[in-house]
Formats: sequence, structure tokens, C-alpha cells
Amino acid sequence: MSVVVLGAGMHPWGKWGRPFTEYGLAAAREALRDADVSWPEVGFLVGADTIRNGYPGFVSGATYARALGWSGARIASCYAACASGAQAIDIARTRILAGLCDVALVVGADSTPKGFFKPVGGERPDDPDWLRFRLLGATNPAYFGLYARRRMALHGSTPGDFAAVKVKNARAGALNPLARYRKPVTAAEVLASPMVADPLRLMDICATSDGGAAVVLASEDYARRRGVTDPVRLAAVSTVTPTFPNAVLELPEFATDSCAAVPPPARPFRAAIAHAAYEEAGLGPQDVSFAEVYDLSTALELDWMEDVGLCPPGEAEKLLRAGDTALGGRLPVNPSGGLASFGEAIPAQAIAQVCELSWQLRGRAGERQVAGARVGLAVNQGLFGHGSAVIATR
Amino acid sequence: MTTLAIDGWFTVEDGVTHLLGARCAACGTVTFPPRTGFCPNPGCDGEHLEVTRLSRRGRVWSYTDSCYPPPAPYVAAEPYAPVTLAAVELEREGIVVLGQVKGLTVADLEVGMELELTCGPLADGPLVWMWGAAS
Repeated sequence: MSVVVLGAGMHPWGKWGRPFTEYGLAAAREALRDADVSWPEVGFLVGADTIRNGYPGFVSGATYARALGWSGARIASCYAACASGAQAIDIARTRILAGLCDVALVVGADSTPKGFFKPVGGERPDDPDWLRFRLLGATNPAYFGLYARRRMALHGSTPGDFAAVKVKNARAGALNPLARYRKPVTAAEVLASPMVADPLRLMDICATSDGGAAVVLASEDYARRRGVTDPVRLAAVSTVTPTFPNAVLELPEFATDSCAAVPPPARPFRAAIAHAAYEEAGLGPQDVSFAEVYDLSTALELDWMEDVGLCPPGEAEKLLRAGDTALGGRLPVNPSGGLASFGEAIPAQAIAQVCELSWQLRGRAGERQVAGARVGLAVNQGLFGHGSAVIATR
Repeated sequence: MTTLAIDGWFTVEDGVTHLLGARCAACGTVTFPPRTGFCPNPGCDGEHLEVTRLSRRGRVWSYTDSCYPPPAPYVAAEPYAPVTLAAVELEREGIVVLGQVKGLTVADLEVGMELELTCGPLADGPLVWMWGAAS
């Protein structure tokens, strides 16, 4: 028995300045329409929370259920930083697998402030996220900058390589009506944009956006009863945490774990997230038709390609330069346009990745369609040891 | 007397700065910032953590800077100059510790170069640990 994606829906990403509920509801209604399921048929709704929009954002499951019209559906709300949407999907999937419901709706949306993400307000010296700003001024892009510089030192990557990632993703984003940035860019434009966190420039770093995404999940039996005989299947959802000692400096930490007593695990955290998904799906990197990876920065897309096993360490640039990861290439990465074209709407982002997986696998991705897509992988990572990998197949 | 931006994470004595970590007496795992209670190594039952001074020298794991003023609660200097950050690997403790960099910019830094711990003031006065050129 497997869980299938019956429908997907999104509200276009942008900086619209409207309440997050508006985006979430638009996405939810679109997903229900796409699934041909009416809201009262949904037995379980999971909301991925937003922490910057007050109480309704912390109880997003109830917020969306109330706005859609109280139907008696069971609800859950969850927060897992950038992996919130994937955890919400996993909660819904698990309830379906347990036989406790047939059809579930998963919704995530965010309305974001302008500028750097900053910690929740107040004087909170017990919160490492507050402290890293207070003591070091270490913004999210600063951590991305550390990873990018480390990559340059280890693998000889150049700012030109990073710019080429943006050029590739902007080209895909230009074909995606749901993306926030839809203009092709040149490497020269990326390299002339202002430096934010050396070696990363403004156009290397993903923006913070407003947006909403939703999926309707169902049991395979339910789908069959609805006449859906060749659905998109969720072959795996991995939400594993790091294994001690995590030797990579993660947001919002001041230091890594210590490797003094125990050697670091063979698979670093990001690789472990994907590995668990491959194991669960009974598939490997060689089976992947395309991947949506969490390009918080251009450089990080290259790290992810290696972490999920699309190529050996240090060889991501080779695939990039050969055009393998572009639309029309052997192994498209971020055919949606990625965070480079969307910007990050935190609780919606992992759900949006699954929307793209399902559209690609159904052959409904329009001009950015990956030919013959059978297996899609989506990965992401957030603060405080959160991350996710989803594998969908058809 | 100058105040420290946070208590218990570092000391400054006779102008010499030390980071303070916790070391598990059973397995030797070190944490920064220091913690109390029990060892974070899930394979260790240790419940005796002692405060320990960390190595004052290490090698740059990576570095970057903040070209725009970070948001509150950071207090940015006016006029603002980019804050340089370095993540420095301490061999003995097997950890990488992040800190601001004093007296060096990204143009002066390289992955693998040695830095030494020092301290310096935040824009609103209190001292914080910083990485500086090795003497």
C-alpha cells in the first residue's frame, strides 16, 4: 500500500504583502480542484506553521480548517523550519498508512517581512537563534557564505560557477508562471550584483517570499475508487535528524559537535537525509529523473547534488558546465526554477517541491517538462537539525 | 571593568582570552557553548561535565563577512564596516567554533590558516570573543 498525490496547488510566489491565509487557501482550493475532491471529503488537514504571523500561524491546521469552513475534519499543525512542509506531508501520509483516514490535505503558506530573516523579538539570551545575531551578527546568508567559501577551498569552485547556477535556474524560472522572478539573467549580472556575504552576491542568495502550496494525499485504494489508476506515489519521505557528531557548522549554531570521542558519521547530515529516502523507496541516485534541491544559495545547489549522490564530491560543476542539470539536460536540477526563482516561503517551500514533483511526473509541467520523468527527488534543510527528502514516482 | 557580552562562554584574564567549553569526564566530548547535565554523545552515559578552557589556536574551516548591517538584536556600528566571520577548527577538541574576526578582512583570510583567539568590543560596548591573527 502506498500513499498517492491526488492533487497539487500553489499560489504564485511574490512579495504580495497580504495575509498568509490568503495564499494557503488559494493553494488548498487549487489542490482540491486538481484532485477533484471536495473539502468535506477530507478527513485530515495538516498545516505547516509560520512563526512570523502570530497565533493563527502557530495553529495553521485550525486556521485553514476554519477558513475552509468547519467540516469536522481532524487537524494537526507542525513546525520544522524549512522542512515544515515535508513533516506536514509525513504526518498526513502516516495517518493514511495507518488506515485512519483515506484523504488528507496538507497546506503551507507564509507572508514574510522585507530584508534578512531575524529572530523572534524580545530579549531571549537562552535562544541560540537570538544569540547568534546578538553576539556575532551571523545572518543566514553568512552561514551560506561559509559553506560557499569552504566549497571553493575544497573543490576549486569559482564565483563564475555559482553564477552559472543562477543563470540556469533563472532560465527555468522564466518558464514557471508560479515563480516570483521570471526574467533570464546573465552571469555578468550575477557577478556585478552587490556582495552580501563573501563570496556570495545578492543574486547568489535566495530571497524571502510570500507564497502558498498544498497537496491532497490519499490512499491508493481511495485513488482507485476515484478512477485514478496511474497516480503519483510518495515512495519515501525522510525527515531524519543528524547523527552525533555533526561536524558541519549548522544554523543557528556557534560550533559543531565534538569529534574528540567519536568519529564523524560516514554520511554527513544532508547526505543522510537523502540516503534514508533512497533506502525507504528501494531506489538509488541512478534512478532519479530530476531533483528539486534547496538552493538557499547557488553554491549550495552544487553541494546538494553531491550530497544526494547525483555525482561524486567535487564534480557538481562538471555536470553544471556540461548542461546536464539544465532543462533538456540528462538530469535536470531545480526544473521549477528553484529558490533562485521563487525565494523562500518557509512552510510552503517543501510542499511546493512536491507540487513540482507531481506535475513533472504527470507530464503537466508545460514548457519546463522533463521528458520521461519517472522518479523525482526533493530535498531540503533548515535550522535546528531539520531536513527532508521526498521521493515521488510514477 | 568591561562587561562580557555573555557570561560563562569565555574569560579574559591579563589580556588573554579563553573560550570555555564543557568536557565530559567519561568520554572526552567537548561542547561549546558549555552545557551542564549530561554528555551529548548518545553513546556515553557520562553525567559529569567539567568546564574546560578550549585551545586558543585553530585553523580556518571557512570564513565570510556581512556586507550589510545585520538586524537587531545585533547593534551595528555607525558608520558600518563589514563584520568578518571565521569558523575555526580546534584540533584537540574536534570542534569548529564561529566568531567575529578582529583586525583582518576576507582578503586576508584563507581556509587552513592559523588564527588565535582574542576579544573585542561590540558596537554597544560589551566584549565578545574574536578570532585574530596568530602571534
